[in-house]
Amino acid sequence: MSVTTPDTATGLSADLAPRRRRFWAFLLSELKPQGKLLTTFNVISIPVMLAALVIVVLRFAGGLGAVTNLSDAWPWGIWAAVDVIAGVAFAGGAYVLCFMVYILGIKKYAPAVRVTVLASFLAYLFYAGALLLELGRPWNIVNPIIGNNFGLSAVLFLVAWHFLLYMIAALLEFSPAIAEWAGAPRLRRVLQSMTLGAVILGVALSLLHQSGLGALFLMSGPKIHPLWFSEFLPILFLVSSIFAGLSLVIVESAIAKRVFAHVMDAEHKKTHRRISFGLARICAGAMFAYLGMVVITFVHGHDAASLTGGMGAWWLVEILGFTALPGALFVVAIKRRSLTGIRLASVLTLIGVLMNRLNVCVIAYRWDAPNHYVPTWMEVVVTLGIIFAEVWVLRWIILRMPILRKPPAWARADDARRGISSH
Amino acid sequence: MNRRGFFKLCGAAAGSTALAARAGGRALASAPRSETDPYGILIDTTRCVGCNTCSEACAEAHELPEPNTDEDVLKDTTVEQWTVINKFDVEDEEIYVKRQCMHCLEPACVSACLTEAMHKTEDGAVVWEADKCMGCRLCMLSCPFDIPKYEWNSPNPRVQKCVRCFERTEDGKVPACVDACPEEAIVFGRRSQLLAEAHKRMAENPDDYTDHIYGENEAGGTAMLYLAAVPFEELGFKTNLGTRAFPEYTKEFLYAVPFVLAGVPALLLGINRATHHRDDDDDVTPHEEG
Ligand code: SF4
Ligand code: SF4
Repeated sequence: MSVTTPDTATGLSADLAPRRRRFWAFLLSELKPQGKLLTTFNVISIPVMLAALVIVVLRFAGGLGAVTNLSDAWPWGIWAAVDVIAGVAFAGGAYVLCFMVYILGIKKYAPAVRVTVLASFLAYLFYAGALLLELGRPWNIVNPIIGNNFGLSAVLFLVAWHFLLYMIAALLEFSPAIAEWAGAPRLRRVLQSMTLGAVILGVALSLLHQSGLGALFLMSGPKIHPLWFSEFLPILFLVSSIFAGLSLVIVESAIAKRVFAHVMDAEHKKTHRRISFGLARICAGAMFAYLGMVVITFVHGHDAASLTGGMGAWWLVEILGFTALPGALFVVAIKRRSLTGIRLASVLTLIGVLMNRLNVCVIAYRWDAPNHYVPTWMEVVVTLGIIFAEVWVLRWIILRMPILRKPPAWARADDARRGISSH
Repeated sequence: MNRRGFFKLCGAAAGSTALAARAGGRALASAPRSETDPYGILIDTTRCVGCNTCSEACAEAHELPEPNTDEDVLKDTTVEQWTVINKFDVEDEEIYVKRQCMHCLEPACVSACLTEAMHKTEDGAVVWEADKCMGCRLCMLSCPFDIPKYEWNSPNPRVQKCVRCFERTEDGKVPACVDACPEEAIVFGRRSQLLAEAHKRMAENPDDYTDHIYGENEAGGTAMLYLAAVPFEELGFKTNLGTRAFPEYTKEFLYAVPFVLAGVPALLLGINRATHHRDDDDDVTPHEEG
């Protein structure tokens, strides 16, 4: 992908005026694709997204049974497990980074905030979209929101509301970038002034809905294999969202450094390594905390005998192979200053968290029942299609807005005048 | 469910009407006997002969297709058959077990439902309402007895299960299955009366019964109660559910929510102020960029 517009900071500042005058023309020109169309990613993702679209039409025409293998015994499948439950955990990087940068004031991580918040916002947007496909009667989703029916004692009620509020908070956190792109200084000031409030709200809401996703399963205890179920699921989900989210930030920024090098400024490139190692340290810490909790819940509820058999082995694969191993790998890689090492550890971590969520939701759910649910190819295609669509939008924005580079000169000048730091 | 004018109104009317109707519902729900002593059904498996008259009556009452009465398979309830009779061969004896929604005292399905589509009527029947349900299926995930069933092949799917003929009982009649049973193997009444009756039968004929009323304490207690001659695990009953009401399992989390929402933002703001105090110092220049 090569970039066609001279998007240097000065260039942006120069064409600020025309942008504001002719916003719609500008928007139209920005909507045009940039760069090569025939990349590997496009060649794979476009057919998948088109197929997913067709399947979605079939799903609404014939019901969920027409395209999925869901059944009365397995009411939730991979759409819920991967897109919603795991996807939200992977989006956890945003609240951790915002907490560190805006609340603790650790400026070191500032360059990573925007792209992470953006990715997280889009993740929620698309995964909430996935939820609409998943719901049998999605038109009634307004009921719990407009106050028609407040199932106040329902965990999902809280999770749904927190999703909604969190999306607003994340959008607010990210919105100055949109104002910079559109060339709107006054709007930018207003939006900027709301950042801290949005961050505070976002962090509080994240703590609750990340754990809330675990709480959804608290009443399914007898149906989930005891190795995966414990009353501490909410806390386990919360802690694992920390390393899931940060691992994704590490992996994403490694990819961004290659793919988006041309829209990345020197500062972002320079700080990439330092930030990655810092995040890796937090990951490792959170993972060992998580492992400690897993061990405690294990010794309280089980004995070695429960580790025999297929499910026991599968649990060990998840815990040892994809949690303890990447945790150790993080430590070694940090010691040896190996960027490759922490990237590998991050990938393993992501697989481990995906495994965990799939296990709780689907695989260990009614593990002992015959004819266990396996997704149809159509469920897989739609799951991938949603992820690809998200990446498309993410790419579109990164290529156009100041995400991986400093804000335009006018915005930085404005910040300097007001004595605030911009990143 | 569609037939119930009151709730239809509730679902269709916007804002204030709905709220008023809800307030009305709540007032009714707190009427003396409802919560503590709902209507229920006592199912005495020692009397059941497996004739399936009840499942046929159920199908007729709810306009469902002919029920599956095949004795040779272990049947589950379906969207089209809300009660089934299963045969168990225990110690050379054939024991028939009716299965349907247990109408829990504190139903997991109701507490899981974020739209209040799954709810409890004043006299203790757990029912589902089409106008509210968004089809998330968390009720199915949460029900300890795996009762709610879903119309997987419908673009407008319903969640279906036994509604304990709440419309009939509101009119003073007994549920269709109870009405139909020729053996009086199932009886309808207030739960306290049913429990007393069950204890009486057990006391009078101790040799005929195992010393356990299924539903008395299971999952916090259910309005459907069972008597049997043999231990319940031999009759396909779940015996790992404990005696805690299922909604209790989410209580701690739900309690934590307002705490976090009230405390965490203030805490975060405090930390933010503390870590940014350098801004106030005169001898430090404003933040350098980046
Ligand atoms: S048995 Fe299941 S569906 Fe019936 S009331 Fe209890 S939780 Fe709800
Ligand atoms: S599927 Fe419908 S009835 Fe069941 S929990 Fe969801 S909204 Fe409530």
